[in-house]
Amino acid sequence: MSFTAPDIAWGALSPVLIVLAAGVLGVLAEAFVPDRARRPVQLTLTFGALVGSIVAVAALWSGVKSDGGHDVLDGSLLVDGPTLVLQGAIAVLTLLALLVVADRTATGEDAFAPTAASVPGSEYEELARSKGITQTEVYPLLLLATGGMMILPATGDLLTLFVALEVLSLPLYLLTGMARRRRLLSQEAALKYFLLGAFASALLIFGVALLYGYSGSLRYAEIAVAVGDPSSLDGLLLVGSVLLLVGLLFKVGAVPFHAWTPDVYQGAPTPITGFMAACTKIAAFGALLRVYYTVFPGLQWDLDVLLWTVAIATMVLGTVVALVQTDIKRLLAYSSIAHAGFVLTGVIALDEAGITAVLFYLLAYGVATIGAFGIVWLVRERSVVPLGAAADGDDNTLADDEGGDLRTTVLGEATHLSQWAGLGRTSPVLAGAFALFLLSFAGIPLTAGFIGKFAVFSAAVEGGAWPLALVGVLSSAAAAFFYVRIIVLMYFTPAAHEATQEGAVPATAAGTPAAAEPAAAEGTDVALATEGGTTAVATLVEPSAPTTTTTVVPSEGLAAVAIGVCALVTVVLGVFPTPVLDLISDVARFLP
Amino acid sequence: MHTLTSVVDGLVPAATLATDTLSPAGETVSGGIFSVAPLLVGLPLASAAILLLLGRRADTWGHWLGVLASAGAFVVGLLTFLRILDRPADERVLDVHLGTWIDAGAFHLDAGMRLDPLSLTFVLLVTFVGTLIHVYSVAYMEHDADRRRFFAYLNLFVAAMLVLVLANSFLLLFVGWEGVGLASYLLIGFWNHHMPYAVAAKKAFVANRVGDLGLLIAMGLMFAHFGALDFATVLDDPAAHASEGTLTAIGLMLLLAACGKSAQFPLQSWLGDAMAGPTPVSALIHAATMVTAGVYLIVRSGAVFEAAPDAQLVVVIIGAITLLFGAIVGCAKDDIKKALAASTMSQIGYMVLAAGLGPVGYAFAIFHLVTHGFFKAGMFLGAGSVMHGMDDQVDMRRFGGLARYMKITWITFMMGWLAILGIPPFAGFFSKDKIIEAAFIPTDGAQWRAWVFGTVALLGAGITAFYMSRLFFMTFEGERRWTTKRDGSEQHPHESPALMTWPMIILAVGSVGLGLVLSLGGRFVGWLEPVTGHAEHGEPVLPEWLLIALTLAVVVVGLVVAWRRYAVSTVPVVPPLGTALTRAARVDLYQDAVNDAVLVEPGQHLTRSLVYADHAVVDGGVKGLAHSTVGLGSLLRRAQTGYVRTYAATMLGGLVVLLVVVLVVQS
Repeated sequence: MSFTAPDIAWGALSPVLIVLAAGVLGVLAEAFVPDRARRPVQLTLTFGALVGSIVAVAALWSGVKSDGGHDVLDGSLLVDGPTLVLQGAIAVLTLLALLVVADRTATGEDAFAPTAASVPGSEYEELARSKGITQTEVYPLLLLATGGMMILPATGDLLTLFVALEVLSLPLYLLTGMARRRRLLSQEAALKYFLLGAFASALLIFGVALLYGYSGSLRYAEIAVAVGDPSSLDGLLLVGSVLLLVGLLFKVGAVPFHAWTPDVYQGAPTPITGFMAACTKIAAFGALLRVYYTVFPGLQWDLDVLLWTVAIATMVLGTVVALVQTDIKRLLAYSSIAHAGFVLTGVIALDEAGITAVLFYLLAYGVATIGAFGIVWLVRERSVVPLGAAADGDDNTLADDEGGDLRTTVLGEATHLSQWAGLGRTSPVLAGAFALFLLSFAGIPLTAGFIGKFAVFSAAVEGGAWPLALVGVLSSAAAAFFYVRIIVLMYFTPAAHEATQEGAVPATAAGTPAAAEPAAAEGTDVALATEGGTTAVATLVEPSAPTTTTTVVPSEGLAAVAIGVCALVTVVLGVFPTPVLDLISDVARFLP
Repeated sequence: MHTLTSVVDGLVPAATLATDTLSPAGETVSGGIFSVAPLLVGLPLASAAILLLLGRRADTWGHWLGVLASAGAFVVGLLTFLRILDRPADERVLDVHLGTWIDAGAFHLDAGMRLDPLSLTFVLLVTFVGTLIHVYSVAYMEHDADRRRFFAYLNLFVAAMLVLVLANSFLLLFVGWEGVGLASYLLIGFWNHHMPYAVAAKKAFVANRVGDLGLLIAMGLMFAHFGALDFATVLDDPAAHASEGTLTAIGLMLLLAACGKSAQFPLQSWLGDAMAGPTPVSALIHAATMVTAGVYLIVRSGAVFEAAPDAQLVVVIIGAITLLFGAIVGCAKDDIKKALAASTMSQIGYMVLAAGLGPVGYAFAIFHLVTHGFFKAGMFLGAGSVMHGMDDQVDMRRFGGLARYMKITWITFMMGWLAILGIPPFAGFFSKDKIIEAAFIPTDGAQWRAWVFGTVALLGAGITAFYMSRLFFMTFEGERRWTTKRDGSEQHPHESPALMTWPMIILAVGSVGLGLVLSLGGRFVGWLEPVTGHAEHGEPVLPEWLLIALTLAVVVVGLVVAWRRYAVSTVPVVPPLGTALTRAARVDLYQDAVNDAVLVEPGQHLTRSLVYADHAVVDGGVKGLAHSTVGLGSLLRRAQTGYVRTYAATMLGGLVVLLVVVLVVQS
């Protein structure tokens, strides 16, 4: 028996290969590059790989645009238009996420535990922290996950699909557990993610087995042919396809496979949450689109009921539960669940407009998500304690600007909604950017989110799924409530410590005599905002002491760059969406 | 900016259209002066960007750049106006194509500017009054450390307002609509370190969001029925594309939008509170420009309203209610700016009423809008000048006898006062009396409408005369009722610097002569005809001379009553208890209480129950306590316990349910 090496089109694989190769090099760098030089080396490598990958996608573009793309590795991977769009989007968004991941506070502190292997609260951890150790394994892990994400939507057979899913998932499980603050919460989240992810993978691989049993092949194209021939094994086909879809729906966080999302989004280091929320969703939806459009169109009548149920449940549950959240990260998690539902309506449309709509929506959503989580990462709690009472050996202490008798320490992220009150006045630009992302999530015109929503809902209506579009529009309207609530909170509600000051000193400068009315209305708002308790899994959330205030931590500025770019893209895609829509719709055709 | 670069090559010569009636489909123009029209928006926008980007470096000269940008926009507007004036009347509706804006499958929209008599009227008003107010602000804001930022916002506002009036589609109009909202919110809350101002900004924010929702729904309906949002498609015989019911819905939603922006009943409560902002802002935004955007929207969408008589009737009713409402509230306010705000509300009520009368009223609505822009802005600037001289005192019971100390302010204010009263030959006489007269013309032969709305408009004129005279006498006449300054020293009222008085003088000249100049030979009405269409002038139910005499009579009655109560007799420093109506008017006729009861309370109950559910559900999960919550709450708690086993069970359960559903459906 002889083995014939398949003819490999290396060029077509270059976007993925560059990222994966850099990931492997990064692992080697961890071993051989001296301590001090690791961060710059890893950053350069990661940054270079992502830029290289974007360039590779651009180089492949015109070829794919003219001939529709081709399969490589004997059909295991399909390099066609949607693949390139998704790979490009993933690379660009990872680049933006990388800026947030790589950012450090002015005191040189990043988002990750000094040594993830240390027991939380142990002396060893404290030692690592005081030595200022940082972990640069984050970057190769990020690259490997990105590599998996870029393969996932390009897969041409079920086994590659499974492998890609695992390649992207395993690094994410690790990254989830590496938060610097609230480490138990982070580790708990990682374990949950891992267990449930394994469960979902098991379902998926079971589905793969059944589909193989039905069709005798793992190739999408051949399964699609087999789907067309009715046979006595229809049960295998149906159950197999449902299990396969469930595996993918788990990754996008669709109801009822969403339960991991809030806990994991809350526990993971915030920059990773942003990366995960944006890029994983893109990759998984890319694969879902391909599977649904190329493998199962013959099963549309049977699977529609599944996807309709899931889409409606996802939109409604994501919106309703988000309404009662008091933690900003959990709120964004539920909002991302609702968005998964909106995207699903576009997937169900099953036509070319649907592909373009879904791809555009994912891009718009991803940009706003990374920006929003970048801001969450910068908004911190700050404790103000008299100098004498401060604990020693605290390297996070910032120079105090008021004088020597107080000492301010920047703590973890201020994730409770009440802590965001008044941010619009203390940090107007940052709050403005956050408001922009929220408006984009809410789908207000002139933001990318509006065009995305408009595109998926109109695709759904074209595809005859108008009830879905209706549910989508209604949930969007309801969702706008909690997005706008945050904007109102940031701009119009005084921070708790401010409210007391304002009450005591009536406004004296030019203008009207101070109106007495605001006090009552404002008071209730504050009461409402601070009333909400801790969160479900908040096993280790310290209750905020009365001396903590909210502050925007000064950082090296990388996150600010990412936030700025995200805000710009959100506006540009909202006001001038045509070039990008054209770009996508030019190539939005799957290889059969 | 691909829009700006494509301006020049985007211009194509096009056929001339006959525009003797309503002419939504404009002619596309090429070359010449019209290619600089985008500068109208570009100049103030660029200036705002420069001022914001340069930051403190521009502090020394930034305000002058702001003035220059606004003046530049005025010059461009004037040149465009003159060019349009050169053309025959039926070729005065032009579309300047700027390029494709959005091309998303079924939805295609070009960005472009609509240059026609209506938009140019607004352009001239906005840039002229705007420039004067810029100049005034240079002196008024002199001691504010953030004066540069203030001018950046003012420029931003002017740019957004020009986008609003120059847009050739509802979506682009919406861009301007949101832009003026944003700019006004930034300006009202400019001194946002003080709580009441931030609260005022919040109120304006919420009322405007309700209005925006109306505009969004209207656009959704338009897109569903016309497949487009540009004026040319939507306003060209709308009755051919949509049923009357649909058009009524669109009209009512547009009216809701107008109510939010123009402070009309029932969304009017924010305007009084918005007076917390700097006074030049009140003059520009809350008198001359932004608050009139609602009137613009209704007149611009005239074709829709004409095809939906029911919506039109609602417009008239809303206008009538607001004009009385504002007038009554104005009688009881002691804060000079809040009294002026109530007056603005009432005067815009007149305009909305006129706009609801159909083609007969459009021109008069816009005419009154222009004259009102002059005299009301002038009076706001006068109020600012008084506050400037009186250490930011706003309580009119603490003014009195200021005429001797602030001669220019007194005289210019008097011109505005006489204009709003409608004393001939001041501007208001020509514009307001025309509206009253038009209100007395029966629509569709319905006599009752003429009597009801005519009487309301007439009555409003009398009340207006009373409260404006009250304001004028309490401020400038009678004996002094001054308090000490905030630092305890004596008040020394003084005239404001020339930079502040000159804009007031120019606006006063407009208050005196503009009405006469524009109405000679029906000039203004004729100028607007290409947009509003030629209206057959029906006969009012009473003869014209009698109406004028009646109006003057009620005005004089109002004036005399005010004279006796506020100029001749002593004005109490402490507000007397007053009648039930006065007390109600002082608190805006219980508008806030109604809002609280109707909107805020249920909202708070909802949030409270949500927070309660959150408390019970989420905390319950943490503590593992068996809170017996019901319905959705318990469902959520069970779903999100934090236990992996529960999550996995949920997934498995979900999978089984889905499988069963799929299999059942298949068989």
